[in-house]
Amino acid sequence: MTGPRRAGPSYREASARRRLAAILDEGSFGELLGPTERVTSPHLAALDLPVAFDDGVVVGTGLLGGQPVLGASQEGRFLGGAVGEVHGAKLTGLLRRALAERPAAVLLLLDTGGVRLQEANAGIVAVSEVMRAVLAVRAAGIPVLALVGGAWGCFGGMGIVARCCDGVLMSEEARMGISGPDVIEATRGVEELDASDRAMVWRTWGGKHRVLLGEADRLLEDSLPAFREAARQLVGRARPLTLAALEAEQAWLARRLADLGGSADALDAWRSAGVDEPERLPLLEPPAWSAAVAGARRVRP
Amino acid sequence: MTRTWDTVRRNRAARLERARAVGHGRWVEADRMPALLEALLEPGDRVCLEGNNQKQADFLARALARVDPARVHDLHLVQSVVALPEHLTLFERGIGRRLDFSFSGPQAVRLAQLAGGGKLEIGAIHTYLELYARYFIDLTPRVALVAAQAADREGNLYTGPNTEDTPAIVEATAFKDGLVVVQVNERVDRLPRVDIPAGWVDFITVAPTASTIEPLFTRDPAHIGEVQVLMAMMVIRGIYEEYGVQRLNHGIGFDTAAIELLLPTYAEGLGLKGKICSHWALNPHPTLIPAVESGFVESVHSFGSELGMEAYVAARPDVFFTGHDGSLRSNRAFSQVAGHYACDLFIGSTLQMDLAGNSSTATKSRITGFGGAPNMGCDARGRRHATPAWLKAGREGSTAAMPRGRKLVVQLLETFREHMEPAFVERLDAWDLAEAMRMELPPVMIHGDDVTHVVTEEGIANLLLCRSPEERADAIRGVAGYTPVGRSRSRSAVEALRGRGIVRRPEDLGIAVGEATRDLLAARSVKELVRWSGGLYDPPARFRSW
Amino acid sequence: MEHLVFELERTPGPAPRRAAVVVGVVASGNLEVLVEAGPFPDRCRAEIQTSATGFGDIWGAVLADFAARHPVAGLSLAVNDGGATPAVVALRLGQAFEEYTGRNP
Repeated sequence: MTGPRRAGPSYREASARRRLAAILDEGSFGELLGPTERVTSPHLAALDLPVAFDDGVVVGTGLLGGQPVLGASQEGRFLGGAVGEVHGAKLTGLLRRALAERPAAVLLLLDTGGVRLQEANAGIVAVSEVMRAVLAVRAAGIPVLALVGGAWGCFGGMGIVARCCDGVLMSEEARMGISGPDVIEATRGVEELDASDRAMVWRTWGGKHRVLLGEADRLLEDSLPAFREAARQLVGRARPLTLAALEAEQAWLARRLADLGGSADALDAWRSAGVDEPERLPLLEPPAWSAAVAGARRVRP
Repeated sequence: MTRTWDTVRRNRAARLERARAVGHGRWVEADRMPALLEALLEPGDRVCLEGNNQKQADFLARALARVDPARVHDLHLVQSVVALPEHLTLFERGIGRRLDFSFSGPQAVRLAQLAGGGKLEIGAIHTYLELYARYFIDLTPRVALVAAQAADREGNLYTGPNTEDTPAIVEATAFKDGLVVVQVNERVDRLPRVDIPAGWVDFITVAPTASTIEPLFTRDPAHIGEVQVLMAMMVIRGIYEEYGVQRLNHGIGFDTAAIELLLPTYAEGLGLKGKICSHWALNPHPTLIPAVESGFVESVHSFGSELGMEAYVAARPDVFFTGHDGSLRSNRAFSQVAGHYACDLFIGSTLQMDLAGNSSTATKSRITGFGGAPNMGCDARGRRHATPAWLKAGREGSTAAMPRGRKLVVQLLETFREHMEPAFVERLDAWDLAEAMRMELPPVMIHGDDVTHVVTEEGIANLLLCRSPEERADAIRGVAGYTPVGRSRSRSAVEALRGRGIVRRPEDLGIAVGEATRDLLAARSVKELVRWSGGLYDPPARFRSW
Repeated sequence: MEHLVFELERTPGPAPRRAAVVVGVVASGNLEVLVEAGPFPDRCRAEIQTSATGFGDIWGAVLADFAARHPVAGLSLAVNDGGATPAVVALRLGQAFEEYTGRNP
């Protein structure tokens, strides 16, 4: 085939299991609590809804660049990657295992709308347990990385989890936030936000905006090798979780709010941040985009 | 007794005089449009309100819906597409009485209700070409309300990339002493090109908002599934390659978008570039971009344009029909003729098929109509030029001594639709609709005797090779999967048909089902289409994910 | 939800005993298929959980055709179905078998 170069097999198109296997060194993945164990959601069964054998998340051990890591990968196509009780317990269990095994990193491949509404409080508790576990692992000096490149992106409580990690890797097609566009339109009205304006949605929640604001660390092409290589570079590189570090980050956020908080739209924010001709940013490929925003990008301390 | 031979012309003069008397010149203020229409129109007039599947004379439709029904009533509307709510408001208010049309898409349910409630008489549901033909025979409009992109001071019109039906409507109206009223988006000093000369136009208004264009033919490759990839592989292998199909039309939908996206990958891998799919009657589908860029496509003539494709088309004048200004010149009437007479193959999706191969998209509560598919999805009995694909189909389909070709008419359908609705049935829903609406003809989209191939996920049925109605029914059962119709088949009969090449499974075509993955698509997202176009394709905001 | 169990007869074939595989995902119009070594060497046990009720006979027919085309004896199939059409079911079963036997890893 002639035509544009493809950086490699698409991350976005791949299943949760395929993503994790491709990020890790070939053949190194060992699944924990796999589908044959049939640890499925009792809540979904009680509601007479279909369950998944792995409750929508794949967890296990492996190597990345020869170093031992733990990994989890959410299946966005099953109930929007939403976190239920079992799903959340698998994530929390994996993070707790890290405290015992002390791997070089924990990789969270997130593809989720947040809490699984069908599981209500059990889901909310599960997400808060994941948050606490992430911070416990970081406090032990083990880096936790969030990889966001799926069709659902990363929203709700899991958006907070991603931002509790040492680093976030995103493709530009991925989105990250707390409330998503549909939720905002439903609660505040279409005058506040038109969720069908997809260009605006991606300007606001997409990878480019998140990296420009310093909420994600790298903007990647939508390919499995790109995510693997970027994750490999961050293995073993923990960000300090100290009071001083948190205070520095808080000051950095306050400064960002003061500088950009008045922006009506992402385009305004990009202009205020010092980007020339911000209208062209959405069409630039990651390398050209990185060059165009080099001076304007906010970088998390 | 002397007969007067110019009553229609005198009537035209009288109408123009009435308009002048209330102060209307050639240029009409937008807010005075309902008053102009009240002056021009007479009860019972036949009015053509331009509405295509993309471009709409929406401002004029709203103005007509606001006239006083005491003065203007019982109009006979003739129009290709009933798309806007205002089109039906006309009938609710009694301004309109009778309707001859071709397609009703989004208004299908309300149209059925109005027709059922006696507020609206349907003359007939046509195909596009058939309706345009009647504009020149027995449905000539007295007044035409049309849309153009721009007008110059003299009143020449520029229709832009979406010329669509305008020339056919204006020609029929202006040369039979009718009146032509046009809405334009802007008035300019110099037009990029003249599509309609000023002398054919009577009144012009600059509409307060630009006429709406719908991106109807854009299909996001992200939504193409593996089953559609599998069916597209079968079509390329079992039909395009088999017959050497060079000149064709694709229907709208994800099934045919999948075929377009497999040309630069699967078909190129089979060495088919230059051997299939060179000449098209097709709107500028974004999903055709990879095939154009990889050198499959030599020419494309279009019915209408497609939103976002303007710069791409302008940059590929060797492929598309463009004006000297660079923009696309579409023309639905000519493209339908091209699809009928100059194409060797039509392929489209359908919802329901019976055992005679008749197919329909009608259901009980909706009157959707036909559009243009039947014009292309039928054999052109008047065709007299030969091509290899046409001749081969003719040889397969006939045992007569006199050589004659056949159009390949291919119907694509998965055996079950969503919610496990079987696509193959003993009796089409079209019969029920015809009874409920007291129609003389059940609305059949493609008649069984025109269909040459049926493609499902299970395989291809070649109806050309069938020698009796029973054999055709067996062939259709042979690809009808687990539907009740499919499960009533005799295994031995289907195996016999397989032996004769009438039923062909993926494995008979050398296709491993496991190969049917989305990786075969030349583009898996709208963004990849933009990349293929070198940034020239500018998709509407709703198709972006960046 | 409907729970269906089928036993597919088939002369024992050379189905290799390998690690279990799961193919597909539970979503609207989609399904996941888990293939493992089964309890009977001469039969294949298939267990279906489906959100579309009332289609047991179609499942039976799809599985019978699948078993006629592939040496499934000795295997166990488990399906969680979100209302997939037979076209998608047949495709997934084929993919799962190919992946399990290592033809298309």
